[in-house]
Amino acid sequence: MNKPVRRIAIFCGLLTLALLLRSNWLQFVQADSLKTNKHNHRVAIARYSHPRGDIIVDGKAVTGSLEVNGIDYKYRRSYTNGEMWAPVTGYSSQVFDGSQLEKLYDKILTGDDDKLFFNRTVDMFTGKAQKGGDIITTLNSKAQEAAFKGLGDKRGAVAALDPRTGKILALASTPSYDPSKIAGGGKSEEANWTTLEKDKNQPMLNRALRATYPPGSTFKVVTAAAALENGLYTDPDQRTQTPAKYVLPDSVTPLQNEGNIQCENVSMREALRISCNTVFGKISADLGNAKMKKQAEKFGFNNEVLTPVRAEKSVYPKDNRPQNAMDGIGQASNRATPLQMAMVVSAIANNGKLMEPYMVDKVRAPNLNIIETHQPKQMGQPLSAANAQKIQSMMETVVKEGTGKNGQIDTPGVTVGGKTGTAQHGVDNSGNPYAWFISYAKTDNGSPVAVAVVIEGDNETARDDIAGGALAAPIAKNVMEAVLSTSK
Amino acid sequence: MSAMSSTTTTTTISTVGLPSRRNTELALLAFAVLIPCFAYANVGLALNGEMPSGMLGYGIGLGLLAGVGHIVVRKFAKYADPLLLPLATLLNGLGLVLIWRLDQSERLANLAKNQGFKFVASAPNQLLFSAIGIGLFCAVVVFLKDHRILQRYTYISMALALILLIAPMFFPAKFGARIWITIPGLGSIQPGEFAKIILAVFFAGYLMVKRDALALASRRFMGIYLPRGRDLGPILAVWAFSILILVFETDLGTSLLFFGMFVVMLYVATERTSWIAFGLLMSAAGAVGVASFEHHVQARVDAWLDPFGGWGKSAASEQISQALMAFGSGGVFGSGWGQGYSDLIGFAANSDFILGTVGEELGLAGTMGILMIYAVIVERGVRTSLAARDPFGKLLACGLSAAFGIQVFVVAGGVMGLIPLTGMTMPFMAAGGSSVIANWALVAILIKISDTARRPAPAPAPTTDAEMTQVVRP
Repeated sequence: MNKPVRRIAIFCGLLTLALLLRSNWLQFVQADSLKTNKHNHRVAIARYSHPRGDIIVDGKAVTGSLEVNGIDYKYRRSYTNGEMWAPVTGYSSQVFDGSQLEKLYDKILTGDDDKLFFNRTVDMFTGKAQKGGDIITTLNSKAQEAAFKGLGDKRGAVAALDPRTGKILALASTPSYDPSKIAGGGKSEEANWTTLEKDKNQPMLNRALRATYPPGSTFKVVTAAAALENGLYTDPDQRTQTPAKYVLPDSVTPLQNEGNIQCENVSMREALRISCNTVFGKISADLGNAKMKKQAEKFGFNNEVLTPVRAEKSVYPKDNRPQNAMDGIGQASNRATPLQMAMVVSAIANNGKLMEPYMVDKVRAPNLNIIETHQPKQMGQPLSAANAQKIQSMMETVVKEGTGKNGQIDTPGVTVGGKTGTAQHGVDNSGNPYAWFISYAKTDNGSPVAVAVVIEGDNETARDDIAGGALAAPIAKNVMEAVLSTSK
Repeated sequence: MSAMSSTTTTTTISTVGLPSRRNTELALLAFAVLIPCFAYANVGLALNGEMPSGMLGYGIGLGLLAGVGHIVVRKFAKYADPLLLPLATLLNGLGLVLIWRLDQSERLANLAKNQGFKFVASAPNQLLFSAIGIGLFCAVVVFLKDHRILQRYTYISMALALILLIAPMFFPAKFGARIWITIPGLGSIQPGEFAKIILAVFFAGYLMVKRDALALASRRFMGIYLPRGRDLGPILAVWAFSILILVFETDLGTSLLFFGMFVVMLYVATERTSWIAFGLLMSAAGAVGVASFEHHVQARVDAWLDPFGGWGKSAASEQISQALMAFGSGGVFGSGWGQGYSDLIGFAANSDFILGTVGEELGLAGTMGILMIYAVIVERGVRTSLAARDPFGKLLACGLSAAFGIQVFVVAGGVMGLIPLTGMTMPFMAAGGSSVIANWALVAILIKISDTARRPAPAPAPTTDAEMTQVVRP
């Protein structure tokens, strides 16, 4: 009977071998992917086992870490003025992962980043708990406050840039959400999360970076830039060749102007001042789709921007001739994020140089050493300095004596240029219009601020071009004033 | 020994047997007690930063149990295998530490609270069960003079095993399986664990008698010996019985274990490979057939095929994913005693899934170590079977060791996602009284068989008037 017994021994040996192989497979080959599996709770437990680093605006932290000593987590993320800063910070939740800066800089904030290796090692030997690094942003709290308060309970967004460097100064989106309400992992947090997810106003959508709107008449500055850059017209005050009644190319549809305005053969300056559709529609048609698209792309259209938080791609598509003419007044299939329109203004205000927008200025180790500093970077030169100045003077006319009067700032030494817009959308323009205002302020030291404001109108919003000036311009003005007052 | 040998120097059969190896066993036992003590201290230091308060009591308790076991073996099974007792003690001790460690988990306490029942620490109970287990071990070693006595109870064993296996059907199901006998006020026992041993006794007794008929009367067909129809009877009966257990008690593990054990013993008894083929075919057919309509079994198979796919949908998937992540998070060296999060596995973390805690806190190194300890126990059992001088002892030892090995494979393989999970306990380590007690009895029987196997032949009574005979070698 010994032969079969020996075989049984071999059989049992094979079973053991199978188990050993399996445990090697799990604990060696697959160990890393199992360790970081999205369902692996250990990741979140480790993340909240010590205080998280902070996101800092103007020297003050807008985030914090609350010691909660829960069963799973020792700390919980807290936010100061969470609704206002949510479009910047994103959220960091014990159960719902994180977003935006909180997620992108998670390793720095937890202290696990390789750049903090030295700090970690020192802490280990001195017996101190691990600490996270800080993210110092470029934002301006006064400007952010002006933007957020200005938007109030309306749906909309504000993006403000420093045209000279590309620093993002304000990034507001409403309706917003308070990230501290979803930071924990309890029942109420789960309920809050579901409510946010189901809310049809999409409070968690970062409209300043991620929502694209038809830019409406604000796109006319891009069209004007294209006209000058391509030499269609060389002077803002040169009369354009625009018939009183302009019919779209390859079409029988006439392009209407808003209200009873005189647009026949007016100059570009005048056309921008009173926002003539016919003039810019015809310019776009005269230049053709390729040239218009190229100019838009120079401003950043058709490309994602990483601030480092990803901004949605703004679009200027390949279009047929009538559509392309409509694109020239921002009323067809071209769409832009508020950040994109702020980039357009900032390039014009910065004499043609487009700086890459960014919101993280410095990364700071827990011992306050700066381990990373962002250097401003030029993205491109969408238009020549001379042409930029021509458009500046046109935009200044708009604010001085045109549709953008609400953007005026009285402070001596400050000039403001802007452009209003009211974008129609939906089938037969049935949707509520979007009120736009884009502007910049300029002092002797160049332009410290460019801003784009968009407000999703409601039923009562006027459908003419005045809406942009009435609703959006005052917000832009307050943001610019906030920046001007702090940059002195 | 020396006094004895002086009187028997001239006998024909040498009674100078193998060394008893009792001192080896004692030395190993010291390690088997010390290692869990260090582990216990480690958990305490990791969790609370201080030596656990129960340290002394625990160490003395385990030491005492091991000591009693050793003395009993030294006295009543002098030539027994020296590895079985220390290895079982080590596993039992480590299991106690792991259970105690999981008792400290706030997460598990909270889970119990949320599900509406009181969280009870399992370690004190487990220590009590271990004591009862050692008690049963001693009782078997002392009172079972010779394992061949068991042969007399072949058919009584069968009846008893049937009762034990059928009884749970009349008790309410717990956690989706009907494998418990619940006695109100006293608790519940898992009769399957005991039935495993009793069935092995029945199979050994039955097959020893029938082996010739089963082995020789067969027809040759395409190169393999096919058993006669009537000889197929017993294997069919056991198969049908396993399927019944599977269907009515939804207990995949137990039915697999019994059928596997039977096929192994049948093969050893008859030396016919055809039985193995038959066994594999029948178990495959049975498992596939039942899985096609049993929802409980289906869920387990789905969870095995795609553990993470069922996340949020099926509790079975989530549990196995949690176990896999515990193993993965442990990596090669583990997080260290008391520093893992295997309590995330939740339900059954300290019983069926206890290997998950080993995987996470002791890492690949620890898991392989534990698996090797089990493998060595099986190896000692098979060696005992090889050394046994009687066919009944051979069959019984081989059957018990194989059952032990299959059980470890089924549980560990299930927890590690190698095969579908079945509700069975890790012998000696998992929390659960029936399992610990039954496995101590199993080790006791192996110890008894190995003692008989290694014991030198009894010296013939020296008669003064008889002429001494000499063997004349050619």
